[in-house]
Amino acid sequence: MKLIPLPDLGPHPVTEFDYGGEQSRPPLVADDATWAAHVFNRTGAPGVLREWWYHRPTGGWYLFERDTAQDRFLRSIPVQDICYELPTDTSAV
Amino acid sequence: MPLRLLKFALRGTDAEPRFFPPEQPLADQYDIVIIGGGGHGLACAYYLAREHGVKRVAVLEQGYLGGGNTGRNTTIVRSNYLTPEGVQFYDQSLKLFQDLSEDLDLNLFYSTRGHFTLAHSDSALRTMRWRAEVNKHFGIDSELVDRQRIAKAVPEMDLDCGGDQPVLGALWHAPGAVARHDAVAWGYGRGAWQRGVEIHQKTRVTGIRVEGERVRGVQTNRGEIACDKLISMVAGFTPRITEMVGLQTPIEIFPLQACVTEPVKPFLNSIIVSGSLHVYVSQSSRGELVMGASVDPSVLHSTRSSFGFVEELADKLLDLFPLTGRLRVMRQWAGMSDMTPDFAPIMGTTPITGFYLDAGWGTWGFKATPISGKTMAWTAVNDQNHELIKPFRLSRFTDFDLVGERGAASVGH
Repeated sequence: MKLIPLPDLGPHPVTEFDYGGEQSRPPLVADDATWAAHVFNRTGAPGVLREWWYHRPTGGWYLFERDTAQDRFLRSIPVQDICYELPTDTSAV
Repeated sequence: MPLRLLKFALRGTDAEPRFFPPEQPLADQYDIVIIGGGGHGLACAYYLAREHGVKRVAVLEQGYLGGGNTGRNTTIVRSNYLTPEGVQFYDQSLKLFQDLSEDLDLNLFYSTRGHFTLAHSDSALRTMRWRAEVNKHFGIDSELVDRQRIAKAVPEMDLDCGGDQPVLGALWHAPGAVARHDAVAWGYGRGAWQRGVEIHQKTRVTGIRVEGERVRGVQTNRGEIACDKLISMVAGFTPRITEMVGLQTPIEIFPLQACVTEPVKPFLNSIIVSGSLHVYVSQSSRGELVMGASVDPSVLHSTRSSFGFVEELADKLLDLFPLTGRLRVMRQWAGMSDMTPDFAPIMGTTPITGFYLDAGWGTWGFKATPISGKTMAWTAVNDQNHELIKPFRLSRFTDFDLVGERGAASVGH
């Protein structure tokens, strides 16, 4: 059974998780084409992907960098890092 | 045939004509280059040569012919989809399949079995009724059947599924069939080669030359080729090709696993699919049970197969067919499915002139082999999308005009 290394709880079986897909940020201001690209387009090629994983037993969302060619979890990223990256100035909207 | 077999035994194999020509050097230029020597690529080459008389066509295959998803699917052919676009498209494909053995002069073991899609809940039953009505509207033989009909056709099946998720009814699709998938690729390949198409195996595309939004050529591990028209028909490798031309798509790669058991006496004539249990099973002409499930839960560019898959599939299969309890699994494998958000393919022209895409084949590619080859050949020659594939154009994702094909395999209802 494949194990996913949780930063706070140690390794847990992959069957305890739901895949949340690639992490991406919605554009603040965008025309239809940019929105469509954000909604539908994905990084399809193999490489290192930042993805969301939901751990059902604890109800926690985790963010990992994973090599999608080898299926190797490279590192976990504190969710706070992503939150702080979000722009706080919404006056442009 | 027995006489030919006897002659063959006496003469030995040397006198038999080769199926494919030996390796030949790459030319500097072709009219149309096809990336991918699977069923779709070889079918497209065949129709380009046969129906459009295109002289200089090359098929580039990084591995061997039919070694990708063409040889990894569970060989089911059917047209009982949900959307009018899907139903019409796959029906044309099924019709081509029915005459294909004769067309290609190769026995494809095309075997019409009938196809049950089981419903285990009221909502699934509702979807089946919906599919049946859409199918009937387009003249396709599909109907909703009750438990008695299923029990009569498949007496070995436990309709109560061990008491957990009893079968309430099913969508019955009489034309559902299985075929020998490698032979489809080989037949198309031989037919294309006999009409002058060059087939280059072990030839990997490493780059695509685009100048001023026009395709000018491809780079390969065996040198560079000039061409004005390039068709990508590489299924699970599509994102690597579209990355070379800087094209963004919604395609994500998920592994789809399958397995076969040891051969046993024929007991299962129909093809059985259960969306709720995530299992589909048919018995091959050799007697093996060919089985598959839904795609793996996360993106992965690999054809590895896992124990977890077999374990889960066996659990579901035992619910349906308790008598298979002592059967052993003989082989298991995986293919890379190029999934799209609306479970429909992406076909036709792209923003880059001369670059055509035949992708997004997810779990529904094999049954579309003939029609996708035919329509893509027409599309490349005329430089506009064939009527049948217009709904599947790439630009539907910028126009918010998705297809929503929930009749695809491995889609829960």
